[in-house]
Amino acid sequence: MVKRRRRKAPDKTTIFLNGRIVGNHPDGKSLASRLRERRRTNELSNQVNIYYNQKLNELHILTDKGRVRRPYIVVENGKSRLTPEILVRIKNNELNWNHLVKMGIIEYLDAQEEENSFVAISESELTPDHTHLEVDPSNIFGVVAGVLPYPEHNSSPRITMACAMAKQSLGIYATNFGARYDTRAYIMYYPQQPLVQTSIYRSLNLKEKAAGQNCVVALTSYHGYNMADAIVVNRSSIDRGLHRVAMFKTYETEERMYPGGQKDKIELPTPEVVGYRGEESYRYLAEDGIVMPESEVNGKDVLVGKTSPPRFLEEISVFGAVEEKKRESSLSLKSGEKGKVDSVMITEGPSGNRLVKVRVRSVKVPEIGDKLASRHGQKGVIGLLVPQEDMPFTKNAVVPDLVVNPHAIPSRMTAGHLLETLGGKAGALGGMLMDGTAFAGSTEEQFQEILKQNGFQENGEEILYDGLTGKQIKAKIFIGNVYYQRLHHLVSNKMHVRSRGPVQLLTHQPTEGRAREGGLRFGEMERDCLIGYGASMLIRERLLEESDKTVQLVCTDCGSIATHDYARNRDICPICQGENVEPVEISYAFKLLLDEIKSLYIFPRIILKDKG
Amino acid sequence: MMKSTKQQSLKIPAYEAVGVVCAQSIGEPGTQMTMRTFHYAGVAEHVPTGLPRLIEIVDAKKEPKKAIIDIHLKSSYARSRGDAEKVAKELASVFVSDVADVEDDLESLTIKVLFNEKDGKSQGITFAMVKKALESFPGDVKIDETNVILKPASETKTKDADKDKKEKKLTARAVRKLTQKVRDTIVRGVRGIHKAVVIKGAEDYFVRAGGFNIVGASENLAVDPKRIYTNNIKEIERVYGIEAARNAIVREITDVMNMQKLYVDVRHIMLIADAMTYAGSVKSIGRHGLSGEKIGVLGRAAFEETIKHLINASAFSEEEKLIGVTENIIVGQTVPVGTGKIRLVMKHTKKR
Repeated sequence: MVKRRRRKAPDKTTIFLNGRIVGNHPDGKSLASRLRERRRTNELSNQVNIYYNQKLNELHILTDKGRVRRPYIVVENGKSRLTPEILVRIKNNELNWNHLVKMGIIEYLDAQEEENSFVAISESELTPDHTHLEVDPSNIFGVVAGVLPYPEHNSSPRITMACAMAKQSLGIYATNFGARYDTRAYIMYYPQQPLVQTSIYRSLNLKEKAAGQNCVVALTSYHGYNMADAIVVNRSSIDRGLHRVAMFKTYETEERMYPGGQKDKIELPTPEVVGYRGEESYRYLAEDGIVMPESEVNGKDVLVGKTSPPRFLEEISVFGAVEEKKRESSLSLKSGEKGKVDSVMITEGPSGNRLVKVRVRSVKVPEIGDKLASRHGQKGVIGLLVPQEDMPFTKNAVVPDLVVNPHAIPSRMTAGHLLETLGGKAGALGGMLMDGTAFAGSTEEQFQEILKQNGFQENGEEILYDGLTGKQIKAKIFIGNVYYQRLHHLVSNKMHVRSRGPVQLLTHQPTEGRAREGGLRFGEMERDCLIGYGASMLIRERLLEESDKTVQLVCTDCGSIATHDYARNRDICPICQGENVEPVEISYAFKLLLDEIKSLYIFPRIILKDKG
Repeated sequence: MMKSTKQQSLKIPAYEAVGVVCAQSIGEPGTQMTMRTFHYAGVAEHVPTGLPRLIEIVDAKKEPKKAIIDIHLKSSYARSRGDAEKVAKELASVFVSDVADVEDDLESLTIKVLFNEKDGKSQGITFAMVKKALESFPGDVKIDETNVILKPASETKTKDADKDKKEKKLTARAVRKLTQKVRDTIVRGVRGIHKAVVIKGAEDYFVRAGGFNIVGASENLAVDPKRIYTNNIKEIERVYGIEAARNAIVREITDVMNMQKLYVDVRHIMLIADAMTYAGSVKSIGRHGLSGEKIGVLGRAAFEETIKHLINASAFSEEEKLIGVTENIIVGQTVPVGTGKIRLVMKHTKKR
């Protein structure tokens, strides 16, 4: 069928339905408002959006899927349709959200129809020109940013960073964590709900899945150990369980089937198995070959004993019978890790094979290098753990949990952090939760009032005493309660050293990456720097001695790589059969290059000379 | 005896890796350039500066994207703006199409040149000048008061055989071609030089124009041929020679760096200019120039087009002398720079 394109009529509004022209109308603007009125009276679905483009004189009716829409309160003649009478009915549970949508009090706009709207943020600023009213001013934030306290007092990049970091915080990620076998999961020991919350935080009931703790934070320096975004932490607080988390890691293995009817078997391997790791490694396994819960596993201990059929078909032995030699293929803990076996689950895999999952738990106590962050994009790593007796204290014997450097504040303009400190302190003293909702939170004055009532300075500053000398510190120090999150960048999962270790099979060069106990790459630009400095011996050490040095035999006659004939105990050139062979120190990569050049049908020869 | 003078202390020691230090010293500020160059807020870009220009210089492009020529004048013309402006007018090329409408009449197979009095006046072109420019036109030239009508000579005139045939076939297309030629005829000025402006320099007035025709410009008697400069390095090489080209490279790179307020020691830039010009012609840095002419096969193979170099080396049975740095690293030897080149001169001899 040939589709005929409808032409645009001049001076008439072109009507589009989901982007396709369907007709014309003399007055698109009034048609749009009439269509919208029909939507509000439920003659049209509330999922239909109407957008009038005055410039192009086009009317778009959108009914298709995939449009992001958000709710607004409808405004008529400068008055909100959500009247006090209706609010009363909502309070009496006569009406709910869906009723309001049906009644045309609340409607959803998509990105297109938004262009035709004029939205007031608060009811007080409504004018007859307004078409809609924001349901709540803090609605302009999404779920993640809505949880942050006082975002209107912070600079926008810090809000973005705070959002990113909140997603990395450790807490209670799911209330059914005990029944789950996530590859990696963290559970906080004593999570707390924040002292300063937001309305969105409450509506989401996030206190059930809290991810942080309220810490007493002093804003001062501590012997230089909190320079450049480091944080000094009270070791005694950590001993009492501050920011302590448990890490769960799930290991799994499957009894796989192989072509030819062979199958893996989960069992306790016997010494006859090829690749048997020694009795020691299997000491925690029960008779069924699976670890016993609560056993303390370490290093490369086996979690599930497994044997596999041989990789290649066995030769028929002298007696004519095929002797099955099994291969060891147990599942073991990753090297360098330790923990206790939390639980074991035996199920069936997606292809019907027996599947064993082992969850290992280990406690992660905060240590130097772990990352902490407040909800204002103020992140830092622990720089020092100080015993309580050495920490500064107030006249009421309050010892801070964290000491944050004041230099972190001015250049980043996170006034919200300070306001939260004040609010947290007021909340702790007053024994109540404070509200930090965007544009509508509790005010500084309210906090000051509470502080005053409790006999504290209203600006949040206090006189501290040096824990080391007992002398008064000659400065007023801002101290209060801030909700701090522990982020999942833990040093214990990242730290890595190598002085010697495995090399790659192909190149004889050191392996790469922490998991393979690898080295750090000394790259091209690093090499350039050493050349520029003239440090030839150091280049040689990095690129040869500490990397892929080999001694190869070279035939002095034909220049090819020679070999050692062990049977006759002599060096011989396999190309020219000559015996004039010299040992030469080269990089293994060069030997590999020669081999590859040979595969190009080019014959490289090495010409040997005495060192000059 | 060696004296510890200032000059002595500034001498570069033997086997110092000057090339690498030079590359790093230009490369480091170069990374900052990438971020800033491309846009100059609010100002329309006339000449490429920054990284694009730097690449242009180092690649030894035949013609820069926007060629510019600075023409200094003999002292008698350079004293006042008015004098200099006169020379500028003489230099800037004006085409027939700038002052006249050129139309081809395919029916009568003629080309009409309709002189535009207004355009001509603004450029200081008279009808007589146009006439003169068109004198060399191959064919009849008919002139009335403001128009020139050109009747192209039929090409068949030279060849007497089958006259009619060719005349019919050729002319319509030939006239079209000729029309373009007429349009591009220069009424006044130097070919390849356009938009000349007078600029007040440190001591005198000089002419700055687009284009780079040094020889053409120096034919004008008011021009001091010793003081013409263009940003086209290849043209400088062609006219003034390789030493001048070297100096031009140094000047151009310095200008680019200084414009961004990046300051690199001239000696680094001089090293680049030397490397590009030492062989007697301007060579680019890169695959087609310097790096492509490294002595070692392995060094070239490690840079670009590995297989091509290996195959060629095998075809001509080349020998790798292991002179360069890269080659020695590949093989696993001490590199011959810095401390790696130090040898004991005296040999141990047995006691007699």
